[in-house]
Amino acid sequence: MKKSVFLGAATVAGLLAVAVSAQASTLDDVKARGELICGVNTGLTGFGAPDANGNYQGFDVAICQAVAAAVLGDPAAVKYVPTTGETRFTALASGEVDMLARNSTWTFSRDNDLKLDFVAVNYYDGQGFMVHKDLGVSSAKELDGATICIQTGTTTELNLADFFKANGMSYTPVTVADDSEAQRQYLAGACDAFTTDASGLAATRATLPDAENHIILPEIISKEPLGPVVRHGDNNWGDIVRWTYYALVTAEEKGITQANLDETAATSTDPETRRLLGVDGDLGAMMGLDAEWAKRAIAANGNYGEIFASTIGEATPIGLARGLNALWTQGGLQYAPPFR
Amino acid sequence: MSNNNASFVRTEMLGSQEPPTSERGAIKWVRENLFSSALNSILTLLGVAAIYLIISGSLPWFLHGVWNASSMGECRQIVADNYGEGASGACWAMIHERWHQYMFGFYPRELYWRPVTAFALMIVSLAPVLYYNNRRTDTVMTGVVSVLLMLALWGVNTPGSVFAAVFLLFAVIVAVARVAPKYLVWVTILFPAVGFLLLWGGSVWSPVGAMAGFVLIGITYSLTKDRLGVPVGTGVGVIIASIWWLFIQSHVTGPLASAMNLGFEKVDSDQFGGFLLAFVIGVTAISASLPVGILLALGRRSDMPLIKALSVGFIEFIRGVPLITMLFTASLLLQYFLPPQTKFDLILRVIILVTVFSAAYIAEVIRGGLAALPKGQYEAADALGLDYWQAQRLIIMPQALKISIPGIVSSFIGLFKDTTLVALVGLADPLQGITKIVRADINWKGIYWEPYIFVGLIFFVVCFSMSRYSMYLENKLKRDHR
Repeated sequence: MKKSVFLGAATVAGLLAVAVSAQASTLDDVKARGELICGVNTGLTGFGAPDANGNYQGFDVAICQAVAAAVLGDPAAVKYVPTTGETRFTALASGEVDMLARNSTWTFSRDNDLKLDFVAVNYYDGQGFMVHKDLGVSSAKELDGATICIQTGTTTELNLADFFKANGMSYTPVTVADDSEAQRQYLAGACDAFTTDASGLAATRATLPDAENHIILPEIISKEPLGPVVRHGDNNWGDIVRWTYYALVTAEEKGITQANLDETAATSTDPETRRLLGVDGDLGAMMGLDAEWAKRAIAANGNYGEIFASTIGEATPIGLARGLNALWTQGGLQYAPPFR
Repeated sequence: MSNNNASFVRTEMLGSQEPPTSERGAIKWVRENLFSSALNSILTLLGVAAIYLIISGSLPWFLHGVWNASSMGECRQIVADNYGEGASGACWAMIHERWHQYMFGFYPRELYWRPVTAFALMIVSLAPVLYYNNRRTDTVMTGVVSVLLMLALWGVNTPGSVFAAVFLLFAVIVAVARVAPKYLVWVTILFPAVGFLLLWGGSVWSPVGAMAGFVLIGITYSLTKDRLGVPVGTGVGVIIASIWWLFIQSHVTGPLASAMNLGFEKVDSDQFGGFLLAFVIGVTAISASLPVGILLALGRRSDMPLIKALSVGFIEFIRGVPLITMLFTASLLLQYFLPPQTKFDLILRVIILVTVFSAAYIAEVIRGGLAALPKGQYEAADALGLDYWQAQRLIIMPQALKISIPGIVSSFIGLFKDTTLVALVGLADPLQGITKIVRADINWKGIYWEPYIFVGLIFFVVCFSMSRYSMYLENKLKRDHR
């Protein structure tokens, strides 16, 4: 009897210990581990993929590095876990990764039903169409009766159906498994148009042998706000990822770059810049970080504009324009709340 | 000698004449095999036309292949310059640039000699298993492997000291194969520890500690088998070894490691990829699933209801679930059951579940072999006074396994190819994982056939070798219908 009471107590204690450790904050876990585990794409041009030497690079990867720099002081202290479209949210929910930075669209059901938190939007994307120029089409509204190459099992498939239904048009889908197959089918003439996210279309068009014979139609038929994701319930960790991202955006707004970072910190008289870079105030301490967290995050890969320009911007072969992703001061949607 | 008025009599045989042209050589073969009837003639012509279409369509593409370029665009430019605008050509330059990722994934470049050496040791360790103690075969095989290994090591820029050490090791192995091939079995026994050490690195003492557990099983078994019997003896051994592994090992190997810090640089398993990953998963799962499969097959035919029920339940459950489900379980579901923040390597999880999966199939293949044995064999074993395990080891299993060879090998071939499915859980398998990474590079975006052809070719070589080996083994073990 006594023994079973003891065993029972031990079990309860063990369960409590597990429960308590489950409650431990992600920030503490990351600090204790000395490494940020970041869920990334298995390979998406410009946004996240390992290069020939196995180093991860890209627009989304830069967010991971900024967070690692802010929290751990080292942008290289990241372990990248490649996740597929099927495994990404479960990997996050089960604690296998601390955060996701892999072009995931923020939707109502993902936010609420899957118990995830989309902390920010680092890229505003939308679904577009690419057609052969000699098709003589200049608007997606003229695509009635067209055959369209589309990846199966994605939101793009549903968006396409919605768009054609709303405009009273018909189409024949040619379903493909992935991007490269779509490109192949499209080039072989199996379909009149190829639809996917506009960023993907631009990257595909940039690598076609005869890019000048293909045009991307002006219509964007869906909203695809892509951003980093964290687990529901650990608000402090969510805030850290969110504000690290906003620090990058604010840095661009204030003209703080990787190159003039130290100089700005030393000489700037702008109160918000001084608060951001930890010269005045104690913003970092409110999140459980030190004063220079944002400075390190910016030092990792530069501000938002620099990251954009070096990974997917117009100077790169991918050549994406800022468009919706320009700062709000320049007619875009990137808008960071004040650092105060 | 006859008189001159005798009628003509041929005194020697005429030489045989050549058959008419239509009845000999190539023409005869063609007439008999290709144009023997109207239907066959039509089929032949259609076949020739199909072959011509395929070759004329693809041959220029192969011949125009470009080996040196840094991007798809450059490849296209070179093809257009050399063969005119509109010509198509393969861009093998991608393989030239990225072959190391297809082979090793993200394994650190300066350490490529480790997986290469491990692979060579694996082939050597297979020799005693595959060819028994055939001195000539073993010598030739180890010799060829050594030469190829040296070439490969030279190819991956191995440092001189390592090169010399590996050279010495393989010189010893070849000598052993020449002089006393039966001692090669030690390479086989030690390979799991050595292979682990080479691939993952870390302290020498942890694989030594793990092997010590197996030694404990062996010792316990040989001490207790006469008193307790085979199953109980093994069970006690496993319990003792588990106590060693779980509670004692770290207290022994820890101090040893700090006292004598031998070992290699550690490599995380998330740096494994490409064929290295396929081989690690494939070879481990293949070698672990055969013994498990044999036990399951015996369990299923056992007279003990509990053992039988457990075996049947296990086999039927595993066979009723697709491999992809098992992989998702490994990658996603297991994490929910484990305490938070436990780091349980994804590759290890995948290997365990692939092994379990394969074992269920192997068990059924072997059960087929067991069922094919006449009852007389079992009765003969009983009549000789052999106990259950002796009978299995000496009489039943050798015959049952021989009958099951084609089935076992085709399970293994299937398993090896199934390793590409790990791409679905985000591991960098050669076919999809690495290809996706390569295509994500803006320089190689849009490359389509080349990676598939390259990876397919390597898979073909490996699987074809396995299949030829199984045929060799069948011939060699053929004892009936002589």
